[in-house]
Amino acid sequence: MSIKFPSDEWIKQLSEHLNGSPSYEQSAKNWEGDFVFIVEPDEAYAETAYLYLGLYHGKSPDAMQVSSPDEKEAGYIISAPFSSWRKVIEGKLDPIQGMMTRRLKLQGDMKMIMRYPKAAKEIIACTKLIPTDFGD
Amino acid sequence: MWYFVSPQIVFGEGALDALDDVRGARALLVTDVNVARVGLVDKVTVHLRKAGLAWRVFDAVEPDPSTETALAGARVALEHEPDWIIAVGGGSVMDAAKAIWILYERPDLEPADINPMVDLNLRRKARLITIPTTSGTGSEVTWAIVLTDTAEQRKMSLGNRENTADLAIVDPAMVMGMPPRLTADTGLDALTHAIEGYTCTWHTDLTDGLCLDAARKIFAYLPRAVADGRDMEARERMHNAATVAGLGFGNSLASMAHATGHALGAVFHIPHGRAVSLLLPYTIEYIAAEAPERFADVARLLGFGCDDDPEAARRLAAEIRRLCDVIGSPTSIAALGIDRETFAARVTDLVERAFNDASLMTAARSPDYDELQRIFEYAYDGTSIDF
Repeated sequence: MSIKFPSDEWIKQLSEHLNGSPSYEQSAKNWEGDFVFIVEPDEAYAETAYLYLGLYHGKSPDAMQVSSPDEKEAGYIISAPFSSWRKVIEGKLDPIQGMMTRRLKLQGDMKMIMRYPKAAKEIIACTKLIPTDFGD
Repeated sequence: MWYFVSPQIVFGEGALDALDDVRGARALLVTDVNVARVGLVDKVTVHLRKAGLAWRVFDAVEPDPSTETALAGARVALEHEPDWIIAVGGGSVMDAAKAIWILYERPDLEPADINPMVDLNLRRKARLITIPTTSGTGSEVTWAIVLTDTAEQRKMSLGNRENTADLAIVDPAMVMGMPPRLTADTGLDALTHAIEGYTCTWHTDLTDGLCLDAARKIFAYLPRAVADGRDMEARERMHNAATVAGLGFGNSLASMAHATGHALGAVFHIPHGRAVSLLLPYTIEYIAAEAPERFADVARLLGFGCDDDPEAARRLAAEIRRLCDVIGSPTSIAALGIDRETFAARVTDLVERAFNDASLMTAARSPDYDELQRIFEYAYDGTSIDF
């Protein structure tokens, strides 16, 4: 059964996949920093959603949909319209390229993210394992 | 959506004459002691004199330049207040010059802050001219900067589209004296740029042709340039091909041979071009086992191809090794003179570094930790990848 994006269930699924990924664990073994992903409205999605993903030393201790970016403290906030997130999840937009072209806007220490490119790639690989319903 | 960035490029015999028309009061020449010693800085200052510019020379750039060197150069720039930063040298010099320029314009930044997502707002104090003295790095036309964090013994991939040079002067007169070993190392670096720029996952329609044509020219002219440094045609074609490859991979990206080569170079102090080109055939064999199509394209263009994509990719890897043999470049880590015990003691370090290298993210097949270790082990023995 497909899981709606964005949703609490979807981000929890991502967290589970990360916790089961040896490649992610290896690539992010020294990473410390949680994320809030802001899904902004566009023509394909009318609301604003906030997904919190806890990440610590190669594991994801918790994940949840939150009601505002301030509800959980996170070192990194990435915001983008729904359609850009969809392209990232479907592998049509590399997240690093997305940030370089400002289609994904990052708040946080970019130089730390640039030290963990493999981890970023592994997170995207895990999103592809989720049967995602984009509301088509 | 993506970008294609390039400086204005003046190339060919006599290209240095473009400096006669540079307008300004002061220039800071960034170089290294060897480039200065062999008279290449003098070839530039002759023209600065005609242009009426005063200049100061910062020649403290070392191979694999450190963040401290960049900061030291920026301090000199802040004293001298140049309108132009002019890099005269190979990749290390040009990378250092880009960082010196940024830190001169933005003394509020640390070197580690130079990333593609920030607004640097350059060109308020100075502009950048790059003049390569080797045919390989492509740094004269790319925005990439590699500096070494000496505290962590780590190479940092930095840069921002804004720090692309304003003018690149690609004059074959600057490379006529290159010794054969340096010609081979830097030429193989350019070949690796060309092939990875075409085969990485960030390749684009605007870079494909550049990469393919650069690869073709390098296969044709590198053996001649190494065999006879006075072969003017080979020198000029190689100099242009390196810049074309730079435009190609600089606007797509390098890939797994660079990720693994950076590690090999850092751990065993191997020249960059020798390290990346040594590993290129192994990474081709590894990636092509799942994604052979674009390697097969390259093989066919170079005349090594066949209808079967995986076989064509394997032939490409074999031909790169053959080219290395012809120009006397090693094709295994053992052939670098590293004994097996030393290699075994450092292989974990090699894997760690390669695993976290930014260039690895564009590989069409993504290796896990164990696979990377096996790739290094196969490369040590000179055994073709079979997994």
